[in-house]
Amino acid sequence: MKKIASLCALLCWTALLVAADFNYGLKPRQIAPGTYVLEGRNEDFSFANGGNIVNTGFIVTEAGVIVIDSGPSLRYGEQLRQAIAAITDKPVLRVFITHAHPDHFLGNQAFPAATLYATSAAKEQMQREGNAFAENMYRLNGDWMKGTESLPPAQTIGAGRITLGGHELELLPLHGHTASDLALYDRTTGVLFAGDLVFNHRAPTTPHAHIADWLASLDTLESLTRQPGFTRLVPGHGTVTADAAPIAETRAYLQWLTSTIRQGAEQGEDMNEVMAHTKPAAFRDMAVIDSEYRRSVGHLFPAAEQEALKPHRH
Amino acid sequence: MGSRHTLLVIALLWTGLTMAAGPQVDPLDSPRWGDMRKQFFANGKVVFDPLVKVTAPEVAEDPMNVPVTVDATALGKVQTVLVFADFNPILHALSFSPRSAGAYLGFRIKLQQSSPVRAAAKTADGVWHVGGTLVTTTGGGCTVPSTGSASPEWQQRLNELSGRVWQQDDSERLRLRIIHPMDTGLSGSTPAFFLQQITVSDAKEQVLMVIEPHEPVAENPVFTLRLPGTAAADGSGKRIQVKGRDNNGNRFESWVEQ
Repeated sequence: MKKIASLCALLCWTALLVAADFNYGLKPRQIAPGTYVLEGRNEDFSFANGGNIVNTGFIVTEAGVIVIDSGPSLRYGEQLRQAIAAITDKPVLRVFITHAHPDHFLGNQAFPAATLYATSAAKEQMQREGNAFAENMYRLNGDWMKGTESLPPAQTIGAGRITLGGHELELLPLHGHTASDLALYDRTTGVLFAGDLVFNHRAPTTPHAHIADWLASLDTLESLTRQPGFTRLVPGHGTVTADAAPIAETRAYLQWLTSTIRQGAEQGEDMNEVMAHTKPAAFRDMAVIDSEYRRSVGHLFPAAEQEALKPHRH
Repeated sequence: MGSRHTLLVIALLWTGLTMAAGPQVDPLDSPRWGDMRKQFFANGKVVFDPLVKVTAPEVAEDPMNVPVTVDATALGKVQTVLVFADFNPILHALSFSPRSAGAYLGFRIKLQQSSPVRAAAKTADGVWHVGGTLVTTTGGGCTVPSTGSASPEWQQRLNELSGRVWQQDDSERLRLRIIHPMDTGLSGSTPAFFLQQITVSDAKEQVLMVIEPHEPVAENPVFTLRLPGTAAADGSGKRIQVKGRDNNGNRFESWVEQ
């Protein structure tokens, strides 16, 4: 018993030490030739995880490093650069930001401004809302955010194929999770970086979602996974897979979410009643489903309710 | 057998004692309860009563739209219900007086920070029955401008009503939405601008409920009411009459049709 107590004390102390030096402990994992992913925790933002709930990645090419998303804070961005430097001494060529959510772009300050790229719509959203996002992240993650400010990318990109350092990259500006979601398909390695259009066993977030567009974008991504060269799917949150299962799961969840909310509104339920619905067995084990479902009802129910209450519809 | 009786007597005595002991302990353990009691009930008799059910999410992700459902129907006849949040800059969120409708109301409020949300239902004997729940939120709901105040749309559609009636087992459910910015006056230079009174009646002008919203009620308020199965309809399709006014003297009168 005493042993257990001292072990607990030691663990607590270790946890404190880890938090005090704000080390995310980033460990790049190789998933394809020259291609690495840093998987975040399947959690909500907290003082304990410092916002590291997101997947970032990078591709080491002959000409330099291509980074996908810069993470939730300046500290994360700096530690991501250190993690890259531990693997290669090549310079960072480009940082592609998939979309304007704070966990994906608040590490931008750690990279040279000229290397940062996003779609113009994502850039506009960062310009409009970036500082409010950063402020909220301080509230949620505390001192991990020290020094972090919103830095929208200088460069904008559209659809098309580009070749960088011998890697042929297909840029897919899609939308639905936000007004602009960039997916990247590396035709050289067969790795699909899906951004937050795909979640793996972590309930999707919907604060800026347009569900019909999102479902259409999932179809586009799924067709890429059917191509013969496809090898890996990197979701924005959750584990990397060698198949399209997370796409099917994200689709099924979004379909259940919208039909639950629409039917609730049609049947005269109020927001509390819709929030109280039990989740189907298929989704019950998803990480953070209780809080995300509540949030999504808050985001999506008012429009469904407005539709159901429309005057003179009978 | 004898010892059982003794126990019963002790239990009864104990219940009597706790009831006579005056102010009960706040089940939500809020440091503001003493002030709430003074402010809202002065010398009135107040009891914490589980028959007054207040439902709200444990964690409210959107502090501008915290859904609250008050159900005091288990008390039987209720004169009026006050709803307040101990830690809001404007404490009093809303009152409602059920007439022929049940003592039941769903609505949404703005919360500035985590707070108990309480409902106090006054019965005919003058006793206030208080129920409540804790809501955790990141806050900021009362000092953020309404979407409406930044958009010209509400000016054209101010006080526009939409609504619908659903049949339920032995009663009916009415849901109403009214377009109004519900500005608290706490955000920048936007003055307080909010609905103050809403009277809901049936087709024979029998009053079902009077609702008195205050500033903390969320923008474009939505209300859920439980109507007796007997609310009168007329042949023309007009079902429920809703009359109201805001603090700037704008009045509206509209029908929910069926």
